[in-house]
Amino acid sequence: MEDVVSIASNNGDDIITKEVTLNMGPQHPSTHGVMHLVLRMQGEKIVKAEPDIGFLHRGMEKIAENLLYPQFVPYTDRLDYLSSMTNNLSYVMAVEKLIALDIPERGKYIRVIASELSRISSHLLAVGAWGLDLGAVTLVLYAFREREMILDLFEMLCGARLTYNYMKIGGVRGDLPSGFKEKCRDFVQIFPKRVDEYEQLLTGNRIWLQRNKGIGVISAEDAVDLGLTGPSLRGSGVKWDIRKDTPYLVYDRFDFKVPAGENGDCFDRYMVRVEEMRQASRIIAQALEQIPEGPVNADVPEFVSPPRKDIATNMEDLIHHFKLISHGFKTPKGEVYSSIEAPKGELGFYIVSDGSERPFRVKIRAPSFVNLQSVDPMSRGAYFADVVAVISSLDPVFGEVDK
Amino acid sequence: MEGKDIEKELSAQHYSLLVKKIKDRFGGDILETTLFRGEITHVVEKGALVELCRFLKQEPDLQFKFLSDVLGVDCRKALSCFEVVYHLYSIPNKYRLRIKVRVREDEKVPSVTSVWRSADFAERETFDMFGIVFDGHPNLKRIYMPLDWEGYPLRKDYPLTGFKDEYNPFGVEKV
Repeated sequence: MEDVVSIASNNGDDIITKEVTLNMGPQHPSTHGVMHLVLRMQGEKIVKAEPDIGFLHRGMEKIAENLLYPQFVPYTDRLDYLSSMTNNLSYVMAVEKLIALDIPERGKYIRVIASELSRISSHLLAVGAWGLDLGAVTLVLYAFREREMILDLFEMLCGARLTYNYMKIGGVRGDLPSGFKEKCRDFVQIFPKRVDEYEQLLTGNRIWLQRNKGIGVISAEDAVDLGLTGPSLRGSGVKWDIRKDTPYLVYDRFDFKVPAGENGDCFDRYMVRVEEMRQASRIIAQALEQIPEGPVNADVPEFVSPPRKDIATNMEDLIHHFKLISHGFKTPKGEVYSSIEAPKGELGFYIVSDGSERPFRVKIRAPSFVNLQSVDPMSRGAYFADVVAVISSLDPVFGEVDK
Repeated sequence: MEGKDIEKELSAQHYSLLVKKIKDRFGGDILETTLFRGEITHVVEKGALVELCRFLKQEPDLQFKFLSDVLGVDCRKALSCFEVVYHLYSIPNKYRLRIKVRVREDEKVPSVTSVWRSADFAERETFDMFGIVFDGHPNLKRIYMPLDWEGYPLRKDYPLTGFKDEYNPFGVEKV
């Protein structure tokens, strides 16, 4: 009852009624998947918002314990299915840390290009769907126009448009195909102008401002305490980006800014995402400029298959490839935690190895899962319609929340 | 890597802050300290967990204000206990640290939700998957599995295909 009184005292004109419990979802277009929110409401104001999750739980971690190390990569595609590349990357980097494997420069650059493209496509969908949720239907059509270009690039790269399975332990599955660089360069040339177009539609839009400014406010201190990461954390003004603070791959060689908000409201989280898209396209442009020639995969026969053409022509290489695929490789005993800056936040894999070919334990630190804890503090005291904006501003993906 | 080797491997600053400082303060409660691939792990007596966490969060040189994750590991075969692992990060200092407690099947772990609010979901997940009870958690209930589910799926003795029942014809027969 304390909550109810506090809401009433904020606005003298509120009438206290009987508290109502409203179920939002699990089948609801604004919950970005299968989230069930149990909303306790007093009139139109939220007293408590409790997420009920698990509708998509597949037991990824249990599956991982029963597979060889390389066999788990395709499963990571199904975590945050809007940016599979970064999921692949985080997992293979954790395994590479465990077996102390370093990959060639060109491989690292390709990984950076792929994951930044992935970041753009994920943010495009986040902002597009957000507009859709709040009634700005036009934006999603524009966003998908550019997302389509990125998916075409990914299709060139690995033949898939959603679940890429492109990164592998020790490198990537294939070098950049011919024509990729030019097409990618064209994309980063036109993309910043397209971001300006989105901003023209939304950033100054009066309805957009009223629906997002001052909604779902969370202070920097609370955001850290609640474990928020990624754009949602930076919206509150905490400038923590793993790419900048503890650079992995070759991120220390690029010139890019880490955008941050001030007020910690939905609008700041929107602005951070918009600016991050611009920065990501800057990173891609620089990576395309700097990318060196050379091999893409590490030449460590113990862990990495020989090149495809050798497998087709050389008997020993074929046997070697077969052994790796069917038996995997043994890893040293120990435990590692490796995390990257995924579009949604800190995506980390913790692997415990008992020295065999299969992980003893894999723990996925999924950003969407942890970020979802802030739905309640963000929407308390807000109107029911604001909950939609709050969820969109956190951009949860349920493949990742439910694992 | 253990003992003296850790001092050689780490930079002086990291060693004095992340190993020595903690050991000086909590001496007997730190059961074991290991270093693997540059990651420091302290195994802690479970009675001292909350106090240590509060110290790590509030100490001005450390400022571990960000709890990245809480998880369980089923080590009953090797150590006859569960391990609960805490991943900490210090945003201003860029330090990472891993804290572990070992807990037998019939024991409870003190909850760290009073130190970091982010422990809420993570501890619920650990309870859901391993049946480890966190003492002092405000809302300890299953998070992924249905509330009436029997068994704890990530335990090593829980079969991959689940147990056989009317909905799961491919499961393993319960004995």
